[in-house]
Amino acid sequence: MYGGGYIFDKPLQDHKDDDDPVKLAEFEARIDRGEKVEPHDWMPFEYRRQLIRLIEQHAHSEIIGALPEGTWITRAPGFRRKLALAAKVQDEVGHAQLLYNAAETLGKSREEMINDLISGKSKYSNVFNYPAKTWADTAVIAWLIDAGAIVNQVTNSKGSYAPYCRALERICQEESFHLKYGYDAVVHLATGTPAQREVLQDALNRWWPPIMHFFGPPDNASVHGEKLMRWKVKMASNDDMRQQFLNMYVPKIWELELTLPDPNLRKNPETRRWEYTEPDWDEFKRVINGDGPCNKERLAVRRTAEERGKWVREALLRPETQYSVPLS
Amino acid sequence: MSTIKSLDPRVTRFNIEEDDQSMQPLERRDYFETYEVFHQAKRGGRHTHVGSVHAPSPEMAFLFAKEQYGRRSTSTSIWVVRTSDIHTVGDEHSDMWENVPEKQYREAGFYKVRSRIEQFKKRHNDS
Ligand SMILES: [Fe+2]
Ligand SMILES: [Fe+2]
Repeated sequence: MYGGGYIFDKPLQDHKDDDDPVKLAEFEARIDRGEKVEPHDWMPFEYRRQLIRLIEQHAHSEIIGALPEGTWITRAPGFRRKLALAAKVQDEVGHAQLLYNAAETLGKSREEMINDLISGKSKYSNVFNYPAKTWADTAVIAWLIDAGAIVNQVTNSKGSYAPYCRALERICQEESFHLKYGYDAVVHLATGTPAQREVLQDALNRWWPPIMHFFGPPDNASVHGEKLMRWKVKMASNDDMRQQFLNMYVPKIWELELTLPDPNLRKNPETRRWEYTEPDWDEFKRVINGDGPCNKERLAVRRTAEERGKWVREALLRPETQYSVPLS
Repeated sequence: MSTIKSLDPRVTRFNIEEDDQSMQPLERRDYFETYEVFHQAKRGGRHTHVGSVHAPSPEMAFLFAKEQYGRRSTSTSIWVVRTSDIHTVGDEHSDMWENVPEKQYREAGFYKVRSRIEQFKKRHNDS
């Protein structure tokens, strides 16, 4: 899973781009030809820096994203659902592994990334700072949050950095299972008893604002953004991805005779764009900066896993082990 | 200090202190070293490079690789090898891959004889 937000950093104030102009021109020509960039190729300083940030946040989102749904594994209604949910949550942790590996090829160690996650320096997708209160929440997450993630990941998989593309290719295959599993769970509740429909509608109402936040605030094209687009680091605007998501999923939600808590939500037949009430972007900023319902718990759980697993890793570490970086 | 009260009873039972700042930052090598993974999906097929894992030993690398790259569909074999044992040619030698684009003489499709045979037969029949 993955969500947008403040994925890309502002250009550094104190950094002068001292990229070799000849190498930069060769690099840009390679991108223009549609070629991919491999870990040991020359790349601009800013390309490397923004990609590390992007892939690292994506990895953190996968591993933290496993927590709200993981909560329900022990209480899943029935054995088949327990198996399926455990498989999905395991996939998400696997996605984090693949993505950390891809980020490591750019020169940031896995240990540094985990340190930055736990200290709060690195962010992860804002949606996971909200609680999964009922079983219906897990259905809504698996269907709609994963649907958003797929829109995002399919878009990013056309980018220029080869290790990230390779990881995303594998991830997207697994996400299609998540999406179908989630849709199945939603349809089960939506076509069930009035009580089942009610618990589903309630979950949908609570998840709609975070879902609207998912792709991040509208981004107005800055000079900086143009450069990232040109280098195929950023592949689509936040608003375009949000439109794509609404276009694909709102009709499917309405088909089940569920409602969405936004009276202004409609597709404008002339512009063919979706109109909606802007979600509360102040809340988004507040939550991403630590003040959401579950931020503390998410990081505390992650930190505890590291701390309580430390003695095991220490016991397994061989003295001759050399630090190394994944090949590709 | 207060402990985390979660919707997940397992988390609550852990008695995790909310604002514990005492964790030491991880150091390099806390996550061991990396191994490259080669996966065979069917008997008779090739082993293909699928990615890497962090592990303290080849045995653990194998377990992680099986879980990470073999948990779906079929697997018949997995190889793991320390990343540092793989030899590659650096970017500074990338010109060694530059080559003559015209290599038709190495291709089966380059060798066409039918028209010459037809001409030969025609000449023969005419005479
Ligand atoms: Fe997923
Ligand atoms: Fe995922």
